[in-house]
Amino acid sequence: MLRFVLRRLALLVPVLVGLSILLFAWVRALPGDPARALLGQRATPEGIARVNELYGFNEPVLQQYLLYVKALLNGDFGRSIQTGQPVLESFFEKFPATVELGMSALLLAIVVGVPLGYYAARHQGRFIDTAIVSGSLLGVVTPVFFLAILLKLVFAQWLGWLPTSFRQDARIDATHITNFYVLDGLMTQEWDAAWNAMVHLALPAIALGTIPLAIIVRITRASVAEVMHEDYVRTAESKGLSPAVISRRHILRNALLPVTTTIGLQAGLLFAGAVLTETVFAFNGVGQYLFSAISQRDYPVLQGYILFIALIYALINLAVDVGYGIIDPRVRVS
Amino acid sequence: MTIPLPPAQGPFTGNDPSGPETGAYEEDERGLSLWRGAWRRLRRNPTAIVGALIVLAFVVVAIIAPWLTPYEPGSTQWSGEVSPTSVPGPSPDHLLGLDRFGSDLYTQMLFGARQSLVYGVVSTALGLSVGTLLGVLAGGLGGWVDTVIMRAVDIMLSIPSLLLAVSIAAVLGQNAYSIMIAIGVAQVPIFARLLRGSMLSQNKGDYVLAATALGIRRRRIIIGHVLPNSVGPTIVQATLNLATAIIEVAALSFLGLGESDPAVAEWGRMLVAAQDRFEAAPRLALLPGFAIAVTALGFTLLGEAMREALDPRTRR
Repeated sequence: MLRFVLRRLALLVPVLVGLSILLFAWVRALPGDPARALLGQRATPEGIARVNELYGFNEPVLQQYLLYVKALLNGDFGRSIQTGQPVLESFFEKFPATVELGMSALLLAIVVGVPLGYYAARHQGRFIDTAIVSGSLLGVVTPVFFLAILLKLVFAQWLGWLPTSFRQDARIDATHITNFYVLDGLMTQEWDAAWNAMVHLALPAIALGTIPLAIIVRITRASVAEVMHEDYVRTAESKGLSPAVISRRHILRNALLPVTTTIGLQAGLLFAGAVLTETVFAFNGVGQYLFSAISQRDYPVLQGYILFIALIYALINLAVDVGYGIIDPRVRVS
Repeated sequence: MTIPLPPAQGPFTGNDPSGPETGAYEEDERGLSLWRGAWRRLRRNPTAIVGALIVLAFVVVAIIAPWLTPYEPGSTQWSGEVSPTSVPGPSPDHLLGLDRFGSDLYTQMLFGARQSLVYGVVSTALGLSVGTLLGVLAGGLGGWVDTVIMRAVDIMLSIPSLLLAVSIAAVLGQNAYSIMIAIGVAQVPIFARLLRGSMLSQNKGDYVLAATALGIRRRRIIIGHVLPNSVGPTIVQATLNLATAIIEVAALSFLGLGESDPAVAEWGRMLVAAQDRFEAAPRLALLPGFAIAVTALGFTLLGEAMREALDPRTRR
């Protein structure tokens, strides 16, 4: 297992090196000279000279790249054009919000999606199956931002059941330790703060979770339908095992393998979706910050965040593969 | 499940092309080519028909948009009738009412279809051609070419495709070409992987072995034998990607990276512009949103039905 993890980590190195080269080239391909692009509207002749000196934009390209990588390895991802805040610092400040949102969305997708998919597969061809499959199709094709706007319109603005935006009401005097607001509330036993944060999470999580939910339903259904007719299921039935045991140990355990992979692949989609969802709900996380970076042409932020998101995405997929090895012993052998 | 009986007039004639037509037995597809069999299954699948009708309606509307409306797209000649709190609703002159800039909403919706079709088709065609080329080179040549191409694909897949498209659009500037290129490039890895996988799996096939044994050159085997066998999955993927491309174009618009010319009607940007008029006129957001979803649904249904029709495993 350890060798497997190490090999996968080693494979990650060329991808990250390649991505750093691309992002390095990207800043240089931006309209205008790189120092001006990195400084934005604050660019003064002195500022440009300083940035040119700092990043060595006057040096040969190879040396520039080495300087860039050296800075990255020292944790220097540059500073935001908008706020002047170091990129890395802002990322760690906003990341908990996005993780909280992403986890809630994924949790919703799994908890609702797997049983729905399973139920549809067990009732193949019936009305309920058709309804679930059609519903999941609608979920796949509805753009995230449209769903977010729709939910906000109906449940927040018309019905007034849930808050329209932000992570927590400003009037609540909550203590923030980890920046995971729900967790903070629970840790400090400020129950109203935790509840308030959860209420604020509801709509964004539904909006973000719908596509993964729909995909999980479809994969689970297909996978259960396939496994249901396997020989070992028939064997288990003829052995006289109870239907509950067969469902749990024979059908679900095997059927959930492709589902696990899918969940890992959804991580990247969640990041992209978070940019759109967080923007609609003014949810102060990585996504909303990326959106403002895009509209303000804040290139250092974009550059740093994309690199980080790629790293996290890769680590999530590694974790999924390791988890896969735990669920399915066959993978470990090959 | 019942097993269809062989035709009454004789023994199995399926492999004999000169045998009687299999019309008497609807399920019997022996003697039909892959494509004819697939076409037959597709025609009978209600999902495919719904999908095809949606796609057809969308394409037709996109093409004949100028003849369906008396107005020019992006004309704001009625802007005087629009205020922050009220946007005139449907009337005989304006079937769907006005939008917040004082353009005819019906006209904007029609021309939005046109915009989506052009963006979707051009970007998917770009992703398809570049991706196919890379995939064929990687799978066909193998060795270092394969390694280099697949590492590049890995790098592109290491960031979410929307962010990839955003980064490309940022470099190319705000115009129609940059959106199409951005979304097209983001699709390249999908097609490259598909074609490479298809090449590799077919390399083990008997007909490739036979062709090699006959001394046919590698390039001819790839172009004449392997590639035609990958056409089916590629068309399916392209159809499904059209749905994604149309949604991503709207998403780029939503992020402010879309078309900068306000005269161009685009569903994604109409949706963004409608956000602060929710209370006054929710239809400004609902119509373009539903239009995007329904169009994407059409391509998805059609794509999935084609996949089912072409995949021998789902044949019964």
